Amino acid sequence: MIEIENLSFNRGKNPVLKDIMLRIPKGGVTGLIGPNGAGKSTLLSLIARLEPLQTGSIFVEDLEIGRCADDILARKLAILPQTTETAPRLSVAELVAFGRYPYHKGHPTELDRAKIAEAIATFELQDLAHRPLDSLSGGQRQRASVAMTFAQDTDYILLDEPLNNLDIAASRALMSLLRRLSKEHGRTIVIVLHDINYAASYADQIVTMKDGRITAMGPPAEIVTEEMLRSVFATDATVHRIGNRPVVEV
Amino acid sequence: MHARRLGGLSLILLVCAALYMTLGARGGWDFILPFRGAKLAALILVAVAVATATVLFQTITYNQILTPSIMGFDALYILVLTLAVYVLGGQTVARLPQMSQFLLTSTLLLGASLLLFGTLLAQRRQDLMRMILTGVIFGVLFRSLTSFLQRMIDPNEYSVIQVSSYARFSRMETELLGIAALLTIAALAATWAMRHRLDVLALGREAAINLGEHPKRGMLQALVVISVLVSVSTALVGPVAFLGLLVVSLARLITPTARHAVLLPSAALVSAITLVGGQTLLERVFALSTPLSVIVDLVGGAVFLILLLRGSGR
Repeated sequence: MIEIENLSFNRGKNPVLKDIMLRIPKGGVTGLIGPNGAGKSTLLSLIARLEPLQTGSIFVEDLEIGRCADDILARKLAILPQTTETAPRLSVAELVAFGRYPYHKGHPTELDRAKIAEAIATFELQDLAHRPLDSLSGGQRQRASVAMTFAQDTDYILLDEPLNNLDIAASRALMSLLRRLSKEHGRTIVIVLHDINYAASYADQIVTMKDGRITAMGPPAEIVTEEMLRSVFATDATVHRIGNRPVVEV
Repeated sequence: MHARRLGGLSLILLVCAALYMTLGARGGWDFILPFRGAKLAALILVAVAVATATVLFQTITYNQILTPSIMGFDALYILVLTLAVYVLGGQTVARLPQMSQFLLTSTLLLGASLLLFGTLLAQRRQDLMRMILTGVIFGVLFRSLTSFLQRMIDPNEYSVIQVSSYARFSRMETELLGIAALLTIAALAATWAMRHRLDVLALGREAAINLGEHPKRGMLQALVVISVLVSVSTALVGPVAFLGLLVVSLARLITPTARHAVLLPSAALVSAITLVGGQTLLERVFALSTPLSVIVDLVGGAVFLILLLRGSGR
């Protein structure tokens, strides 16, 4: 479980997050949605210690962000940042291999090699393994990055808008992979999404944010309503129901 | 593949070193061997120091164009030396044993570079063009401050600094070899111990944090090592401008990899071949008609322009 208490964050004089209290349960896919500037990415990067905390506390199980040693946290929680600008010279296999660094610090064991091979197989990257990253399409590169976080073998995986620049096929493939990771491998996935329909289809629960505050949290069927779209996103969109699944008409 | 290429480079270096020691030797070997041996050792020390400092600097700045010299580290060293002469007096500095003079300037350089470059590099967004501009401005600033101070110094005292202000591969300060070798070996050992961490730091700030590395800590440690290496090379031969850029770019072509365990030795070998081989050619074959530093800067400067125009900063 990720426990966030009294978390506030200012950038210069502008408050970005205001007194956030949030419990993200272990297991499943949690989608974070909200209008631009709501503070979703900031919240994610604070959980992932990409930025230092100002006030409040964040616990990932028993590890406190900001207090806990970096390498221990790196075995518990991984983040896929919004811009994965990795060194172009790396091959896919080399990038995935970096996922094991928190465990071996440069001296891989048999177990590490096995985990890397498993990650490459799980994400069907065998054919691309020796291609340099800059020769891949956006979707393939994103898949390689997720394979790296898979090899990192953390209970928690945070993703910041991973669907940016991906076409519909690559987006759907990535979302089903993430779902599989949570169902078959017991990973907890927290993902910032722009497209509410993707959140509604693939997330087990949705957290909505607006103006630096959490506005609601629950299963997609309860959260994605015309009322929520009006209050959080300030737009009058129609929500259809297909079975129990809400679909926003765009 | 990389192991074989490193082997090949070592072989070329051995041949160059053998030629440097023996070509055109006149007189007794018991004089030539220690005389040329000391110069050879100094050349190799400088070569390795410059190459390693450049690789480290490029890793912590996430680009393949900037080098410590381009960012004004060498100019800062000479400014520090000039400042020491100005404040303490040329006689005091000249009378200091070479050792303490060297240690004094390196310590001052370390402090100054941490202050200046530490704050510059700690910024969240690093934009290549801004870094280059800052480097150019730092370089000009350091050089004009230096020449300003030099004008105010007694001409006799100025001679203490003058020898340090130009690159010179033919007349090196071989008296400093002992301490220079010691510092270089310590710096190289620290770099080698960091090689896996450097691989991770090169991935970028967020990726490095994700893998449990602390980018700021790594950057400061690298800056300390860079300052030591720049002190060593500048004290031995003076400012070297584009040598680092030239040899590291060549090393990246010969052994294309992101792994520092390969790149560091590869850059060091290419650098040593360039200096020892180049010096052999110029001293023994062309009879010193052109200084090596001019040729290295000419070719290195061209490489800098090509890299900049191709936009392959990363």
